[in-house]
Amino acid sequence: MRPRNVILSFIIGVVFALGLGLAGMTIPQKIVGFLDFGGHWDPTLLFVMGGATVVYAIAFRLIRRRERPLFADVLAVPTRRDIDARLIAGASLFGIGWGMGGFCPGPGLVGSVGLGSQTLLFVAGMTGGVVLYRIWDRAVNRVGARATSATASNG
Amino acid sequence: MTHTDAIYGLAGGAMIGLAAAAMLLGNGRIAGVSGIFGNALRNDGERMSRLAFVLGLLAGGGILAILWPARMPHVAVAPLEMILFAGILVGFGTQLGSGCTSGHGVCGVARLSPRSLIATGTFMATGAITVALMHAFGVSA
Repeated sequence: MRPRNVILSFIIGVVFALGLGLAGMTIPQKIVGFLDFGGHWDPTLLFVMGGATVVYAIAFRLIRRRERPLFADVLAVPTRRDIDARLIAGASLFGIGWGMGGFCPGPGLVGSVGLGSQTLLFVAGMTGGVVLYRIWDRAVNRVGARATSATASNG
Repeated sequence: MTHTDAIYGLAGGAMIGLAAAAMLLGNGRIAGVSGIFGNALRNDGERMSRLAFVLGLLAGGGILAILWPARMPHVAVAPLEMILFAGILVGFGTQLGSGCTSGHGVCGVARLSPRSLIATGTFMATGAITVALMHAFGVSA
């Protein structure tokens, strides 16, 4: 990791945050309005995701042709295609939290700069959720490893 | 939603798409906020880059707070204890499901990744059910 990667990441973070703000995605009422299909539906999020997805899809097709990125050795694009229980359960839990508070990780972090109690609590909770996941994941892996070695010795 | 909301939405979305594209073109990485945040402190060669991205998000928030304070979150949609719980769900869920609205919803959907398409449909569905239930039970801040 060279300084130019770090500087680029910082600039990307700033542009990303300003894009979220311009789009209005930093306002939790806009998120809940989008998810409120039975009420007074607000489709703004669809325009945001549409704009972002179209731009990224075109860029992705062009960038993928390159042998390597400008400032790194490899294009690290996820290759997994399997739909597993973790994906479904994780996305489900994330969606519940998203609808409950009106924040996903990006807008939560961007909004926390205002030092309002709701975004500070959200980011604190999100950090706690990441830590909980790490503890849970480690415990599950340990049990799984024990089960595997038990099966191996029994077999 | 007004016409202005739609245009600002498209323009802001395009900025997000460009930022994510720059991450791929420059660093060869997916711009997924939950993945970068969740691994921010992981001790590998890219820790500084992840921290810089998170710091950039915060700096962008600072610019927004000064130039356009109305675009910062002010009124909560639920009681504060629920917002804290929502944060825990978002933190745990995005790590378990390997992504959020940016990694799955934008980058993954744009690549037509089956995992991201399923994840995006799932979190939108459970989000909509949650909002419907909150309204049904009269939950508000």
